[in-house]
Amino acid sequence: MVTLTRTTRTSTAGRARVRGRRGEDLTKVLFVLPAAVAMVALFGYPVVKNLLMSLQDYGLKTFFTGVAPWIGLKNYSTVVTDNLFSDAMLNTALFTVGSIVFQFAIGLGLALFFRNRFPLSGLIRSLLLLPWLLPLIVSSATWRSILEQDSGILNRTLLGLHVIDDPVPWLNSPSVALIAVIGVNIWIGIPFNVTLLYAGLSEIPDELYEAGQLDGATGWRAFCYITWPNLRSVASVLLMLGVVYTIKVLDIILGLTGGGPANATQTLATQSYEKSFVDFRFGQGAALSNILIAISFVFAIFYLRGTRRAPDE
Amino acid sequence: MKRTAYAVIGVLILCVMLFPVYWMVNASLQPSGNTLTAGFLPLHPTFAGYKRALDEQGGNLVTSMIIAAGTVVLSLAIATPCAYALSQFRSRWVSIGLLAILISQMIPGIVIANALYTAYERIGLLNSIPGLIVANCSSGIPFAILILRSFMLSLPPSLVEAARVDGAGLFRAFVAIVLPISKNSLITAGLFSFLFSWSDFLFALTLTTKGGVRPVTLGIYQYLGTQVQNWNAVMATAVLSAIPAIVLLVAAQKYIAAGAIGGAVK
Repeated sequence: MVTLTRTTRTSTAGRARVRGRRGEDLTKVLFVLPAAVAMVALFGYPVVKNLLMSLQDYGLKTFFTGVAPWIGLKNYSTVVTDNLFSDAMLNTALFTVGSIVFQFAIGLGLALFFRNRFPLSGLIRSLLLLPWLLPLIVSSATWRSILEQDSGILNRTLLGLHVIDDPVPWLNSPSVALIAVIGVNIWIGIPFNVTLLYAGLSEIPDELYEAGQLDGATGWRAFCYITWPNLRSVASVLLMLGVVYTIKVLDIILGLTGGGPANATQTLATQSYEKSFVDFRFGQGAALSNILIAISFVFAIFYLRGTRRAPDE
Repeated sequence: MKRTAYAVIGVLILCVMLFPVYWMVNASLQPSGNTLTAGFLPLHPTFAGYKRALDEQGGNLVTSMIIAAGTVVLSLAIATPCAYALSQFRSRWVSIGLLAILISQMIPGIVIANALYTAYERIGLLNSIPGLIVANCSSGIPFAILILRSFMLSLPPSLVEAARVDGAGLFRAFVAIVLPISKNSLITAGLFSFLFSWSDFLFALTLTTKGGVRPVTLGIYQYLGTQVQNWNAVMATAVLSAIPAIVLLVAAQKYIAAGAIGGAVK
């Protein structure tokens, strides 16, 4: 009897403990559940929906009839054989590479400059962040007023200084519009690059430079043998993020040129927007944006393979 | 001497980089008309541009404010417990969750807009403030999770354990102990969520089809299509739309760099 009671008691306690642990596990799940649901709804669902839409004839009619016939890969072949596609690919590549190379180079130059200790350094670095924090459409509007052909302050200044003889049609000429748009995007991206590279530089211990000095590594040599190797992990994160973010930029191009003149600034992202929301050919818009995702993924895989580390380290 | 020279160069760099921002303010104070007449200084400042901006865009500014505030509340409510879980719970799901967030950053906004448009069309969320709040959470939630998690990683588990010994459940301990300690990082994450949502243009452009709900970014875009003869009103609206960024920069200066780095690297 005694043993029996004892067993019963222990097992009740055990059950309570199990129940307690189960309750605990349930609470833990509840911590994550809302975010998991949100991520699935805001990212998972759109990706799947876009994949399906890209295989359907999903157009304006669909909204009235509710019917979107399956057409296999026809949307992909339509957008890829479109005359604009190769231009859009080239523009996307030029926009992305041009933006990133200059943002990074100028950002690195400024970050190295701010390594010098001088008064106001911290304040100046904070204020430099402003272009990055402004809404992109605000920057676009401002730059449009600056770049205006006849009355913009840039042309007026350049004419006044006799750098140019005729006003440059920054945003109206197919041959310079892409350069102007890339220039504005570089301006927007510099602050973020400075901030991250400066943080990366700050983590390099001073002793390394002191030791390097003894071995005669100063100036350029110190940069090559000490700074750059220690900065490489920050730089690779930054470049990967740069590609992933720049490749999908829409606001700046729509605000500055709307993809014009004569499609000179049309990218995959603006094309995708136009197909979906101007022409209401959602299937083709989805096909283009899926191509965009695929390109991003290729870069991310290169990055992950290159660094070979978990994302949380 | 050398330090002063550096400071002077630093200020010059700042002037070059911030010239467009200065030009925006200058143009907003110039008399109406195109910028051909605009001098480098607003010698005869007029607030006519601001009056017109407020008349025409005042309602849009309020709309943006409501959407951004709603995004902050919803994003933080969803992201905070998750960030805590990802920082303190031991589970193989943690690295899966972080990988999911990393991958989510590669999804272009246009993909989300495409899908939400068709879904919203069916459930009647097009042209609605809740619809835009939910869409804007797609930038708010992942960023808030990353920022909050990188702070919460530094919380010693003993803090919560002490409360648990006193009989508090996991959730109560979280609310009573973790949230108050995390106040600063909650402010940082909240400010960034506000700014992302305030700056949103893509969802405003695609998920509204008529005039009823129109955030100010869309107002500026429509100005650019029709009003470029009146740069002072356009630039006044731009200045008003830049205020949250400026407030953020001044009020939360020390958190911003940390936030930028936390969001990118961690």
